[in-house]
Amino acid sequence: MIPVLNQATLLFPSKSANESFARTTAACFAAQLDPTLEEIGDIKTAVSEAVTNAIVHAYPAELGVVTLRLRVLEGSLLEIMVKDRGVGIPDVDRAREPLYTTGDDTRSGMGFTIMESFMDSLRVRSTPGKGTTVIMRKRISQKAGRRP
Amino acid sequence: MAISFSNSSGVLTARFTGEIDHQVARSMMLALDGQVARDTPRRLVVDMSEVTFMDSSGIAVLLRAWRRMTAAGGGMEVLAVPPQPFKVFHTAGLDKIIPMQG
Repeated sequence: MIPVLNQATLLFPSKSANESFARTTAACFAAQLDPTLEEIGDIKTAVSEAVTNAIVHAYPAELGVVTLRLRVLEGSLLEIMVKDRGVGIPDVDRAREPLYTTGDDTRSGMGFTIMESFMDSLRVRSTPGKGTTVIMRKRISQKAGRRP
Repeated sequence: MAISFSNSSGVLTARFTGEIDHQVARSMMLALDGQVARDTPRRLVVDMSEVTFMDSSGIAVLLRAWRRMTAAGGGMEVLAVPPQPFKVFHTAGLDKIIPMQG
């Protein structure tokens, strides 16, 4: 277990307006690690994908609760968890394939691919009828002179 | 997110401003569909210089416009793509399908 140095948890309804709120909050939380502009962009993009998945796919018929947990772990490691208690994903491996989507034509099927590419690691756990948990980690670069 | 259009000599320019995500993707698609249907341009140019954030929803928006333009025998290009949206396009391989430059 890597020691947790700081954390924040946010719960919000699965409304599309909260996509922007969630990614901006994640970027603000990550600021304590002094990320580069590219790293901030990566974090915002990955969070937007995970939260949009929860909003679009987990709760297709009614509003539900989305949990965003942000952690700073020892070693300049940012951990982001996005959790829902929605319908779940029957086949996680298939859902992670590029271009696979069960959404409408506003979804490209590239969400998980982008999360994997923009973060260092991605874990997805899902149980049909119980919900999905996505955990992503990214080590924030340590440039000479940026930290004591 | 806002879209403004200008049309000159059969070239329709769409300027995107702000953040592109799932919340605005549908309205962007409808705005692009409507303008292309009205103007029937031979070329669509998307100017992304004022885009401040984009997730994979932008892929779906541009792919739909590209399919529509190519089906009608027209062309499309995307200009002034900022680094963050460009990384999203590149990850999806969209920069190999639609001509674009940062």
